[in-house]
Amino acid sequence: MALSSRHLLGLQGVSKEDIQTILDTAHTFREILERPIKKVPTLQGKTIVNLFYESSTRTRISFELAEKRLSADAINFSVSGSSVSKGETFKDTIKNIEAMKVDMVVVRHAAAGTPLYLTKISSSNIINAGDGTHEHPTQALLDMYSIRQKLGRLEGLKVCIVGDIAHSRVALSNIFGLKSMGAKVSVCGPSTMIPRDIKELGVDVIYNIDEAIQENDVLNVLRIQLERKAREYFPSIREYSKYFGITQERLDKNGKDILILHPGPINRGVELSSEVADGSNQIILYQVTNGVAIRMAVLYLLGTLN
Amino acid sequence: MKVVLKNVDVIHPEDKINLKGVSVLLNDGLISKIGELSKIDIEGSKEFDFSGKILVPGLFDMHVHLREPGREDEETVITGCNSAASGGFTGVACMPNTEPAIDTAEVVKFIKEQASNHLVDVYPVAAASLGRKGEIISPMAELVDAGVVAFSDDGVAIKNSSVLRTAFEYANMFNAPIIEHCEDESLADGAMNEGINSTLLGLPAIPSVAEDIIVSRDILMAEYTGGRIHIAHISTKNSVNLVREAKKKGIKVTAEVTPHHFTLTDDALKSYDTNMKMNPPLRTQEDIDAIIKGLKDGTIDCIASDHAPHSLEEKESEFQYAPNGIVGFETTVGISFSELLNKNKLSLEELIKKLSINPRKILNLPIPKFEAGELANFTILDPNFVWTVDLSKFKCKSKNSPFDKRLLTGKAVAVINRKKMFFDDRWTDLSGA
Repeated sequence: MALSSRHLLGLQGVSKEDIQTILDTAHTFREILERPIKKVPTLQGKTIVNLFYESSTRTRISFELAEKRLSADAINFSVSGSSVSKGETFKDTIKNIEAMKVDMVVVRHAAAGTPLYLTKISSSNIINAGDGTHEHPTQALLDMYSIRQKLGRLEGLKVCIVGDIAHSRVALSNIFGLKSMGAKVSVCGPSTMIPRDIKELGVDVIYNIDEAIQENDVLNVLRIQLERKAREYFPSIREYSKYFGITQERLDKNGKDILILHPGPINRGVELSSEVADGSNQIILYQVTNGVAIRMAVLYLLGTLN
Repeated sequence: MKVVLKNVDVIHPEDKINLKGVSVLLNDGLISKIGELSKIDIEGSKEFDFSGKILVPGLFDMHVHLREPGREDEETVITGCNSAASGGFTGVACMPNTEPAIDTAEVVKFIKEQASNHLVDVYPVAAASLGRKGEIISPMAELVDAGVVAFSDDGVAIKNSSVLRTAFEYANMFNAPIIEHCEDESLADGAMNEGINSTLLGLPAIPSVAEDIIVSRDILMAEYTGGRIHIAHISTKNSVNLVREAKKKGIKVTAEVTPHHFTLTDDALKSYDTNMKMNPPLRTQEDIDAIIKGLKDGTIDCIASDHAPHSLEEKESEFQYAPNGIVGFETTVGISFSELLNKNKLSLEELIKKLSINPRKILNLPIPKFEAGELANFTILDPNFVWTVDLSKFKCKSKNSPFDKRLLTGKAVAVINRKKMFFDDRWTDLSGA
């Protein structure tokens, strides 16, 4: 089992076979996570830098745990904002880290394309942990793994991504990944939060949340980023939650047993009501657990390739 | 010094001169004779054989950034002029986004002084408003007296329509055009063109309508005030159509396009190469097709490079944080010949008008004459010269170009102006013995 690339920059162009390999490998690591001793020596001696240029709690901890459970040496490097403002260029920072002989770099950055840029200035394996509003491949992989575990397949499933599609890296990675795996993908949200050309990616657009619930097997509900510019694209939180928020009442009304995912952190009462966020349709914490297994799989597959 | 340029095709599209394989005799940098030369004519002269080459009025680039004063680490007036000469230009109009901005006679004089001994004529474009802030118009009368040929807030449009109106009305006393970077700032918080590619790349994007809105506002204001508007680096299909309609109505509007905007699309950004980052951003094939149509039918008057040097350390960064702009002097002729002439989009005469005649007309500058006694202001072009762009050989101080390693056909091989000649990487003083 090996992947066709030595980096994971996104799911655009990643083959079904590669995704399957990652999901299958994750499944074996998932079992390890249930053992009393959750550590394997697979990446012993490997040094992995978690380069986080944007604040993140769960993704960083998830990667760090995955690295430690594979016995790699994990180093965290967190800075906020652009390195340019600190006086040192991004390239110089990378060259310095590289000079300390690292094997892999996990990178989170507010600027789209930074992971690809890293592959040009570094010889390490690069893993994208989220770049701007571009991609967040391990999130989409853990979403797909969670769906596959719960519903037994991905092929032919109808999955709707709900929320701010235009400013989401999770949406794009999910669209690429799910489509590769043969799922039927749609997006639902206010028209201002859906890219004008999204249909060119082969996804349907729905503006009515009830319709989205009725027509799909899975809803992947994105976090509305209240703290960001995205806030300018809808009139009020009240209006958003009224027309796009998922409530138990809505689920009951549409009489569907639908699987609900959310990448977290949740805005309770905005995109999900508390009842739904804690209810029987959602698999939010299950996703979090699976996230560690997915990241172990990615690190293992890329780290043992060299 | 007597110089003979032998066996050259002489073309002057404005004065309808078209001579094949003639000789041009220069005496101390002035034109002495064009045509058949006698033995006496050529006696004691230095001869250059330009068989198969074309001699045209010196090329003029009306949109360039020379970075001095302020960013001499990126370019100076001298290095910029060297680059311009190397690319085949004998005249340039330099934009005012310097530090300080070109908004006083002192800065104009400083820039002209830097270029005073150079082959290349440098004509500053002054800020339309003080400090390019869009609040109060610059001292235009004084600036015109100092040698300014146009006004522009360059890099941004004049945001306030009332200031725009004042600028048009005041500049009109001098028949000077207002050059506008047409972009509605409130729509332009992005790093590339908005479309499927920006969605795929996850980059914040600038919609084409951001340009169209300001183009239409400016055209309406030019019509209302009777002022002259020159649209800088036009990049969208709708803007080309707006300019075409305005010209039909007799509104005083002119437009330029850069070589990259008729050559590259936003497909080129897929590698997040910061040398593909410019403003206006690279658009789509549909826009390129409209631009080429606009060049052909005269809607777009001229080609300008928007030569914008940036330091390596600024360009070598995350895409979103990299500055906009590319260097252009040394690729404009090659790209224009390869993309327009050799693909039969424009005739040679049309191309020379857009690279030499029209920019001078827009800026009220005299067109070089091919008559005895006139100062020789020539560019000698080799339309069949096949070459590969090698950035490391460029004369400009910065090396930010999207065209490195590109195979081109057509190149300027020599320039002559102000009694100087640049040929074969050597400068010759034509006034000396």
